[in-house]
Amino acid sequence: MSKLLLIRASAEAAPSPVIPNVAEIVVGLIAFSILFILLRTKAVPKFEKAYSDRTNAIQGGLERAEVAQRGAEIALKKYTEQLSDARGEAAKIREDARVQGAAIIEDLRTKAQEEATRITAAAVVAIEAERQQALNSLRNEVGALATDLASKIVGEALDDQVRQSRIVDRFLSDMEKSK
Amino acid sequence: MSQPGFEPPGSGDFVFTPIFGNSILATKPVLLLFFSVILISTFFIISSRKAAVVPSKLQFAGESIYGFVRDGIGKDVIGHEFQRFVPFLFTIFTFILTNNLFGIIPLMQFPTMSHIGFPVSITIFVYLVYHYVAIKKHGLGKYLKDMCFMPGIPKPMYVLLAPLEFLTYFAIRPLTLAMRLFGNMFAGHLLLMLFTLGGEYLLGSAWFLKIFSAISFSLAIGLSFFEMGIQCLQAYIFTLLVALYIAGALADEH
Repeated sequence: MSKLLLIRASAEAAPSPVIPNVAEIVVGLIAFSILFILLRTKAVPKFEKAYSDRTNAIQGGLERAEVAQRGAEIALKKYTEQLSDARGEAAKIREDARVQGAAIIEDLRTKAQEEATRITAAAVVAIEAERQQALNSLRNEVGALATDLASKIVGEALDDQVRQSRIVDRFLSDMEKSK
Repeated sequence: MSQPGFEPPGSGDFVFTPIFGNSILATKPVLLLFFSVILISTFFIISSRKAAVVPSKLQFAGESIYGFVRDGIGKDVIGHEFQRFVPFLFTIFTFILTNNLFGIIPLMQFPTMSHIGFPVSITIFVYLVYHYVAIKKHGLGKYLKDMCFMPGIPKPMYVLLAPLEFLTYFAIRPLTLAMRLFGNMFAGHLLLMLFTLGGEYLLGSAWFLKIFSAISFSLAIGLSFFEMGIQCLQAYIFTLLVALYIAGALADEH
């Protein structure tokens, strides 16, 4: 109770705290104005500058990165194209080589075949000629031998040319028949 | 009153005699107020001086507070025209915050804003600014008409609403703005004084009361941290409301 009284007493002694002191309002106005002017002219523009600089730096960095990325993409595309071109070319060269190789082989085979045919034909001709020659010489020798033999056996000279050859021919054809 | 009892702190404790001379300019609150001006301007001018893209710790600290007011209050509440009000909001916020925090900083230990004259002086600026902005944007006639006759309300209601709205804009808003800040700081300081002085008084009492003295002192310390929260909150609320009033003044319809 006495405390309550004391509170009231001290409250009554002092001026009411909700009644503003005019001098303090004026002081407040001045202090606020000074602070406002100082912050507005000295601090806020600098902060704003830092903000916009930072924004620019970040945006500039992003733009640079974008340009670099675009460049890299173009280069990649170019290299990919070149690579696929090179692949295509290599495949073409391989294909050409294969075709050429096949052609060469075919050519060689044909040539060899022709050569073989030619050699075979030449051999056949030579053999035939030799056989004919051997046949002829044999025929002559056998004729002469047989005639000699016959004349010795028959005791008569088969000098007559016509008869002689007729005899030989008959002899030979007999031999061939009996063969 | 014969026995010397505990004298609780009262509004008389908010009255200061001049430290030197005879002028009101030499009382503690006024000196604290000007000290806050020096402190705030020095801190923000130095921290913003370099305006580097990669901020130093000091610049970052300054920017954090500036950015909080600029984006957190100005941009979010006012919208696209916020930029020209940022210095004003920034000054209000830092000015109130610093002076409030003086309430728990050792040696100072007095929240300047618990003298109602100072909240009133800030409110005068706010009052002028938000009316000026609205009148400049809409013209006086349209401003008053939009204020008192909100569209979309039955006509008879205007009998009630028009004076209420008028009072809100011209009396209640500034009064509540100043009173809220003053009241919070006044009550908070009174509370801290009560527990501190109470603890001190109990310390000089009988031995068993000394225990309660310790409790009283620890409550005073605990409440100081609580007060710090309130001091920051009040600075934020004041600034936020100013931003809301300006946003309302700029809006096409009230």
